[in-house]
Amino acid sequence: MGKFIRLKKGFNINLAGKAAPKIADSEPAETISLKPSDFHGLYMPKVVVKEGDIVKAGSPVFHDKKLESIQFTSPVSGEVVEIKRGEKRLLLEVKILADKKSDYVNFKKFSISEIGNLSAENIKAQILEAGVWPNFVQRPFGTIADPAVTPKAIHISAFDTHPLAPDYSILFKGQDQFFQAGVDILKKLTSGAVNLNVHTTSDIATVFSQVKGAEVNKFSGPHPASCVGVQIHHIDPISKGDIVWTINPFGVIQIGKLFLNGVYDASKIVAVVGSEVKAPQYYKTVTSASIKKLVANNLSSENVRFISGNPLTGTRIESDGHIGFHDHQLTVLPEGNHHEFIGWITPGANKLSFQRAWGLFSFLTPSKEFKLDTNTHGEPRAFVQTGVFERVMPMDILPTHLIKSILAEDVDEMEALGIYEVIEEDFALCEFVDVSKHNIQDILRDGLELIRKS
Amino acid sequence: MNFLRKRLDSVKHNFEKGGKLEKYYFAYEAMDTFLFSPNTTAEVKGVQVRDAIDLKRLMMTVIFAMLPCLIFGMWNVGRQHFIAIGQTASVGEEFWIGIIKTLPIIIVSYAVGLGVEFIFSTIRKHPVNEGYLVTGMLIPLVMPAGIPLWQVAIATIFAVIIGKEAFGGTGMNVLNVALTARAFLYFAYPSQISGEVWTFLGDGAKTVSGYSGATPLALAAQSTGNVVNDLNNFGAGWADGIYSFWNMFLGIMPGCIGETSTLMCLIGAAILVMTGVGSWKIIFSVFAGAFGMGLFLNAVGTNPFTQMPAHYHLVIGGLAFGAVFMATDPVTATQTETGKWVYGLLIGVFTVLIRVFNPAYPEGIMLAILLMNVFAPLIDYFVVAANKKRRIQRATV
Repeated sequence: MGKFIRLKKGFNINLAGKAAPKIADSEPAETISLKPSDFHGLYMPKVVVKEGDIVKAGSPVFHDKKLESIQFTSPVSGEVVEIKRGEKRLLLEVKILADKKSDYVNFKKFSISEIGNLSAENIKAQILEAGVWPNFVQRPFGTIADPAVTPKAIHISAFDTHPLAPDYSILFKGQDQFFQAGVDILKKLTSGAVNLNVHTTSDIATVFSQVKGAEVNKFSGPHPASCVGVQIHHIDPISKGDIVWTINPFGVIQIGKLFLNGVYDASKIVAVVGSEVKAPQYYKTVTSASIKKLVANNLSSENVRFISGNPLTGTRIESDGHIGFHDHQLTVLPEGNHHEFIGWITPGANKLSFQRAWGLFSFLTPSKEFKLDTNTHGEPRAFVQTGVFERVMPMDILPTHLIKSILAEDVDEMEALGIYEVIEEDFALCEFVDVSKHNIQDILRDGLELIRKS
Repeated sequence: MNFLRKRLDSVKHNFEKGGKLEKYYFAYEAMDTFLFSPNTTAEVKGVQVRDAIDLKRLMMTVIFAMLPCLIFGMWNVGRQHFIAIGQTASVGEEFWIGIIKTLPIIIVSYAVGLGVEFIFSTIRKHPVNEGYLVTGMLIPLVMPAGIPLWQVAIATIFAVIIGKEAFGGTGMNVLNVALTARAFLYFAYPSQISGEVWTFLGDGAKTVSGYSGATPLALAAQSTGNVVNDLNNFGAGWADGIYSFWNMFLGIMPGCIGETSTLMCLIGAAILVMTGVGSWKIIFSVFAGAFGMGLFLNAVGTNPFTQMPAHYHLVIGGLAFGAVFMATDPVTATQTETGKWVYGLLIGVFTVLIRVFNPAYPEGIMLAILLMNVFAPLIDYFVVAANKKRRIQRATV
């Protein structure tokens, strides 16, 4: 029996440029780029292809030296055109020129009844080989899941409350049988439950409402309700020594397709959103695809920032950059590289503040959409304000104290204050509302890495 | 404002690394960011849009909340002056006296305090934090109108150096900086800040017959009978009803420049709470603690002061100002939400206890807040420990 959890704390950032509920025809991406930086927990990626090599969708491209079984495979068939390295030959990305029509590596196919008889080892072997494994994120630390462990539970967040987030009922429409197969397989990988966490205020997509075998938990409330860390905290919290895995519904569907169709199908739907997009809507593309075709002739201004992902946890990419492995959203916002005369005091109807600061009356118009740019609206300062992080953190965690313990590098205190329960996305709203303009997510990652490597 | 921006940009290189004025970079940065919000943008990874609020706006909100107290206080300074010398005057004349007496104190407070801040930012190479924007206004509001300016300057220097910079600067201080300034004067120059110094009389002015600048707290402490009757009877010859409950609520009585009016403090509290800048938990619990302790003493107390109705404690002295603007200082208050309740309640309780039982200190809010400033980390320690304990218990289930 699933749980019903009503979250009150949090904040929905209502931005202009939401995706219209339609999937546009788009030309296939010319290139895809696999980037090790999309994943936490890698030690040293080792490339197994050379420039000029021809690969199929599902062919290995690189693996980590310490976790060799986890293959990072090509989402498309094509030619390896660039292997980009940084300092000390650190692998930055492997770029592949995509064929017009993908050619797939053939993996073993199974019927639904056969899936029921598969062992966990056989399942893991196929997922690892095909390159679907990186969809699993392991908590604590938010790293790629270790195939050698059995998690105490697997959690799937089936909605997204981030600003301008895509509607999952559009992203995963018609994928019911693959999702069900994926859930059936996940059940074999955990000693506990497969938790499917849905939101109560919007209609639950049929792909989730019809599923069997998963523990369905219902959540209500504002962002960060969709953050799987928040969900885990309320369903079955992580303590020291616990390991749980999380996976996006896209990953579950990929697993289903791998076993039912025998292919690594990386095709996905991406929402192209933001105030600077002429026609915000959904586009068909593939994992790690170039955004070039998606934004061509689709922008309403020039001084813009392209963000792979959402405006709270996303990553800035170039106009010819590529969408991150885990992302289903490309956000285009105005770049805020401008000064504003006494901007810290000037009231502005287009300024958004969670805190209702002087001159900002956004609370009077809760449904108003804001066109925010990337300006930080202030410079880094000492920690002064208290209590505001706590208002956007719907967990029994003391965010201010946890962040301060990380700054003090006090590992025992970090553990005691619950660092195992969180990753960057859970603290993104704290970073947004921070008056002192600290990079809270970076600080948290430093703390996580300090413990992980100690 | 392009010409100003261009001017700032044209001299910036002098302050940057390798420039001839490199060591004054943070002074330049303070001016630059005061005039123009910076053009910095979000990092590559993480939050790409930021809340419009910054520390400057936060601090300005507090100053905005203090304006009713300041404006009312300016008028009250003039009002008390004319009451004391037995003359009638227009509101404009009363206000003018207030401006003449108050403005120099504000100017000295800001000039000296910001001067110290700039010197420290240059020596210690850290940005000029905006905390002093608020402190600079708080200090004048808790001073008597007749305070010598040199004392304001010394108290400000002491407070900023010993109360803040010695601990590492803004965000690190243990004690409320403005109250440190007040406490410094209280102990270093008691004759100018305690006793009957609360009304500006003017040079050689003759006061009306029976005039006394005593504060209601001093009267209540000296009362040997019914405190309420004594307060009501006092001033009958020169300002009838000056210490009636509602007059004290309005604040038309002798006292520090900005802290006599409970009503103005409540307006400030409303601004702080509505904007989310001040903690309503602290404000409410200070009042609740004082009222609760007042009721308790009414029930068990023996001396006349303990029998003063509990609600009088809320309007008398500086309780309201302390609750709204001093206790809510986020740096020196408790930082946990549960801790804020305990912190506020104890401030209220100690304020009344000090008032009623300590013959040396007729007012208690200043010492109560400073005391609880010191204990705030301990309160937080217990709240944080409880959070950790919950987590550990959960792990063993």
